[in-house]
Amino acid sequence: MSRLILDLLWRATAETLEMVLASGALAVAGGLPLAVLLVLTSSSGLYPLPLLSRLVGGVVDAVRAVPFIILLVLLIPFTRMVVGTALGTTAAIVPLSIAAIPYFARIAEVSLREVDTGLVDAVRAMGGTRWMVVRYVLLPESLPGLISGFTVTLVTLVGASAMAGAIGAGGLGDLAIRYGYQRFNTTVMFGVVAVLIALVMALQGVGNFLAHSLRHTNPGRAE
Amino acid sequence: MNLLEVERLNRSFGGQPALHDISFTVPKGQRLGIIGRSGAGKSTLLRCLSGLDRPQSGRILLEGEDMAILPEAKLVLLRRRIGLVFQHFNLLNSRTIAANVALPLQIAGIPKAERNKRVMELLDLVGLADHAGKYPAMLSGGQKQRIGIARALAAHPALLLCDEATSALDPETTQTILALLADINRVLGLTVVFITHEMDVVRSLAQQVLVLEKGRIVSRGKPADILDANQLAAVLPPNLSQTPQDGSHAIVRLTVATQAVFTPLLHTLEQQCQASFALLHTLPNPEREELVDVVVQTDGLSVATMNALQAHACAAEVIGYVPAHS
Repeated sequence: MSRLILDLLWRATAETLEMVLASGALAVAGGLPLAVLLVLTSSSGLYPLPLLSRLVGGVVDAVRAVPFIILLVLLIPFTRMVVGTALGTTAAIVPLSIAAIPYFARIAEVSLREVDTGLVDAVRAMGGTRWMVVRYVLLPESLPGLISGFTVTLVTLVGASAMAGAIGAGGLGDLAIRYGYQRFNTTVMFGVVAVLIALVMALQGVGNFLAHSLRHTNPGRAE
Repeated sequence: MNLLEVERLNRSFGGQPALHDISFTVPKGQRLGIIGRSGAGKSTLLRCLSGLDRPQSGRILLEGEDMAILPEAKLVLLRRRIGLVFQHFNLLNSRTIAANVALPLQIAGIPKAERNKRVMELLDLVGLADHAGKYPAMLSGGQKQRIGIARALAAHPALLLCDEATSALDPETTQTILALLADINRVLGLTVVFITHEMDVVRSLAQQVLVLEKGRIVSRGKPADILDANQLAAVLPPNLSQTPQDGSHAIVRLTVATQAVFTPLLHTLEQQCQASFALLHTLPNPEREELVDVVVQTDGLSVATMNALQAHACAAEVIGYVPAHS
C-alpha cells in the first residue's frame, strides 16, 4: 500500500470518526430527553399527556421513515442555515444528527420502559418528585441498556456516514465508493472495509464492556 | 392517639369496586396486620395508605393530614413520613447497598455527612454493616429485605408499611425478618401496618388484625380470636346448629396438653361416659403453643359427660349440634 493511499485512509477515518462521534453526541443530547418525554407523557407514565406523547411519537417516526439519502438532500437549506455551508464534513453532521436523534430516542425509550415499575413506586413512596424518579431511577437503572443502544446508534451512524459523501463530506464510505467502486481500486476498497470492520468491532467492544461493567446484576442470582 | 385514621374508603377500577367502605384506626406504636386472599383488595389498600394511589371517596388521615385530597406537592412531602417495605424489595441495582439506604435521605435533602452517619447506623441495626459497598444482586433474599427495611426506616418515618414483606422468603428467613420488624416496633416505638396472606405472619407479628374479603373488612380483632374463629369455621360441619334437636350429636372442643395425643384419650372417655366419641379435627391452640384443640362429635352429651371431659382436658366447650349420622 502506497504512502498516498495510507494518507487517504487516515484522513477518511478521521472524517468518519468526527461525523460519527459528533452526531452521536447530538443524538444523545436530543434523543434522550425525547425518550424521557415519551415515557413520562405516555398514558401509563408519571405525567400522562397522551396527546403530546402521540404527537412527539408521530414526529419521531416521520423522521425515521425518510431514507437517509433523501433526508440529506431535504435538509440542505437547514444545514446551510446552521453551519453556513451545505458541503463538507461539518455540514454532514447536521443531517446525521437529525436522523440519529429519533433513532436513539426510540431505542432509549425501550430501555427506559424496561425499568421495573416497582422501583418507580419505591422512589415515589419515599416522597421523590417525578424529576427525582427520572434522576435516581429511570436514567441510572437503564444506563447499561442506554449504552448498548448508543453503541447500536454509533454503528448505524458509521454506515449512514458513507452516504454523506454525496454532499462532499468525505469519510471512509465515500473513499470506498470513489476509489474502490468508481475507479476499480481494489486495494483502497479492501483497506476501507478492513478499517470499517475494525472500527465497528472496536465501538461494539467498548460499548459491551461499559454496559457489562455498569450492570451490577449477577446473572447467577438474577431475580 | 391515633397515628392513622381511615374513614369510609372507597376505590374502584373501571366501575369494579376494589375497596368498599373501609374504616379503621391505628394507634401510635401498634402493629396492625391486614390479611386477605389475593384479590381481596390488600394491595389497593396499601397503595392508598402509602399515597401512591388515591381513593374515590373517604379519608386517610396520617398525623391529621388527609392523604386522599392533599395536593400532589404536599402529598410528596407527607410520603416522606411513611416507610414502605416491598415484597420484591425494589432495591436499585445501579446503587450500592449504602446508596440504596441513603436514597430517602438524599430525596429529603439531608447533607452527605449526616446521610453517611445515618446509613451506617441503619446497616448496623439490620446487621449488614460489612456489606455497605456491595450491590443488591450480590445479596440473598433475606439480606435484600433487611436492606429494604433499613431503607424504609432511613428518614425516620412515623409509619412503616409492609407489603407482603416476607412472601418471597423461605420460612426460616421469614422468621428472622418478622423478629426484626417486631424489634423495630418495640425499640423505636414505630407504628407498623403490614399486609399479608399468611396466617403465620399475622400470628407472630400482629397485635390487631383486619380480615379483608372482596374489598370489605369482614372481621377485626386480636389475632388469636380471628385465627381461632377462622380455623374452627373451616373444619366444622356445614349443618351445625346452635340448639340441640332430638337425637342430635354434640360437637365439642377439648383443649388438651400436646402430650395428650399420645394417650388413648378418646378410648378412656368412651369407657367412662358410655358414649361414642368421633374425632373430627385437631388444631393448634391459638393462644398457647403447648396446647392443642381437639374437636370431637359425641352422641352422649350430658352433665356427667361434660364433667368427665373437663376432668381430662384443660377446657371443654360445646360448639354446636349436628343431626345424627351426618
